[in-house]
Amino acid sequence: MTAAGRRAMPLVSVDGLAKHFPVRGGVLQRSVGMVRAVDGVSFEIEEGDVFGLAGESGSGKSTIARMIVGLYRPTAGIIHIDGVDTGRLGGTHAFRKMVQMVFQNPGSSLNPRRTIAQSIAVPLRFHGYPRSELAARVGELLEMVELPHSYAGRYPHELSGGQKQRVAIARALAVEPRLVVLDEPTSALDVSVQAKIIELLKVVARDLRLTFLFISHDLSLMRNFTNKVGVLYLGKLCEVGPTEAVFGAPSHPYTRALISAVPVVSTEEAALRPQVPSLEGEVPSPANVPPGCSFHPRCPHAFDRCRLEDPVFHPADADHRGRCHLLDAA
Amino acid sequence: MTAALLEVDGLDVAFSTYGRRASVLNGVSLKVREGQHVALVGESGCGKSVTMRAIMGILRQPPARISKGEIRFAGRDVLAMKPRERDALKGTAMSMVFQDPMTSLNPVFTIGDQMSSIVKHADIRTGRQRTRQQRKARVLEVLGQVRMPDPARIFGAYPVMLSGGMRQRVLIAMALLNEPRLLIADEPGTALDVTTQAEILRLLDELVDAGGLALLMITHNLGVVREMADYVYVMYAGTIVEHAPTEALFAAPRHPYTKALIDCVPKLSGHGTFKGIDGTLPDYTHPPPGCRFHPRCPRRHEPCTSTPPDIAVAADHATACWLYAESAQ
Repeated sequence: MTAAGRRAMPLVSVDGLAKHFPVRGGVLQRSVGMVRAVDGVSFEIEEGDVFGLAGESGSGKSTIARMIVGLYRPTAGIIHIDGVDTGRLGGTHAFRKMVQMVFQNPGSSLNPRRTIAQSIAVPLRFHGYPRSELAARVGELLEMVELPHSYAGRYPHELSGGQKQRVAIARALAVEPRLVVLDEPTSALDVSVQAKIIELLKVVARDLRLTFLFISHDLSLMRNFTNKVGVLYLGKLCEVGPTEAVFGAPSHPYTRALISAVPVVSTEEAALRPQVPSLEGEVPSPANVPPGCSFHPRCPHAFDRCRLEDPVFHPADADHRGRCHLLDAA
Repeated sequence: MTAALLEVDGLDVAFSTYGRRASVLNGVSLKVREGQHVALVGESGCGKSVTMRAIMGILRQPPARISKGEIRFAGRDVLAMKPRERDALKGTAMSMVFQDPMTSLNPVFTIGDQMSSIVKHADIRTGRQRTRQQRKARVLEVLGQVRMPDPARIFGAYPVMLSGGMRQRVLIAMALLNEPRLLIADEPGTALDVTTQAEILRLLDELVDAGGLALLMITHNLGVVREMADYVYVMYAGTIVEHAPTEALFAAPRHPYTKALIDCVPKLSGHGTFKGIDGTLPDYTHPPPGCRFHPRCPRRHEPCTSTPPDIAVAADHATACWLYAESAQ
């Protein structure tokens, strides 16, 4: 095969990923059921991509993020990062250096008893960065996230929410990772601060050639930050594709309903929203997933097959897939 | 034009803590007419909750102190009322829908108990006589109005047994129990998922219109404002910087802060501006002289740094900015 014909290996490849949590009850705390938080999810992230996982609460997006960084062990499925199975790599120094995470709430992800410099230095020390160069590296990182050097000696409570999130980003970038998992990094922040943080993330992604896995429930933000997106519903992907295609021509009824429910600030955007009846009811509990297509009880197009058979992915257009029986041309 | 049901006029609120005095609200004025949907929008820390608490009469004093201004409800000055008169209004003529459906309900009492006790206490304050059965009937009636499936079952249920969206409906039902004339909604639906939020907002909209109520929404979400409100007040650092009918405000925002705030919202189309605002909210113990937004304003000029701008009104669209001071005269 020629070099041009061969596709570059994706940085992240997730295949059949699942995570089931036992539900315990009774005096003996026996397992009385299973929460299928993530159930057979497959996707790939190319180097340099900003891949978004969108979904409502309980859709499993944070669980996937945690499995990718190695905080949870998958129940089933394989995660390859840079071609290496993380089942074998997970927990090693090399893996932790390659994959870093920024958490949702900067108020609780920073240790209140450590100064900013100490917090940023934790991963550096862990990876054996020379002591004599620590201060200089911390200064460099603060500069990268546009914080003054004088903040090095401050404590988290002296910083605003946006500044704390900048520190969390600096800490994640400290060991020069290749993949950064961003779990709702701006959902605790005001819109004016959110926009600044996203601007910063775009700059560091370009300068350091990073790959991002971006988890969010905010679809407008997804549209403006990612170049590929996957939509999750009850632990399964229902649509994956380039952001433009998924937002421009959503192929799954759930994606259409989700996009049509977003409150927008201009008539131009309002005109772009699919005109579909709004969804009735709420997302069912992942402990009690409906049979067949898990979306069928809320789907306006549900027919007999949806109640019995879980759909598989069908191509909607180039590189864009939807997991819906309606797309089954046969 | 219908009369103003609620009128806040030149409200100043300051907080004293540890010997420092923070001037939080600075000359806040707003008006809600009968049947109107009004939104008060701003980022966290801008004073929207303090405004709402002052209106509801649940602002703790001290540490807060209302140093200036008037709040008139149906023509009566509520700040001048006797405490008993004031209490009779709370939760009856003006009531509130709380923000967080997860923490605003007491987990150890049933929905029915909690709702009945609201009716009972309102009856005590307003001197109305109702039997237990009549109160229960009222609770069931309102649960039906918020389209709760099987109100009788919900009456006996504990909050943990309900989903987030159902709890939010219970909170709306609670606010409607005593036939309010003004409903104050604090961040309606923002704790919920987007599809549930859309459903709750639609329900709230219908109930408010069906009952001929006035709605005052406090929110940070400009999208929700655009879809729910007829009239918008934009707040920054304890001052109202701009107010206008919703359509006019979104079509042609005037104040540099309003413009910047709209630019901060990521657009679903992927087009348009998406950028933040430099700097942070000022320290309320030492607010900047002149316009409170001037340190962050891209269009500040000489008078902005020294003299606070007056609110200039042109065709129902008011802006507190020196850029518009001359054009209005």
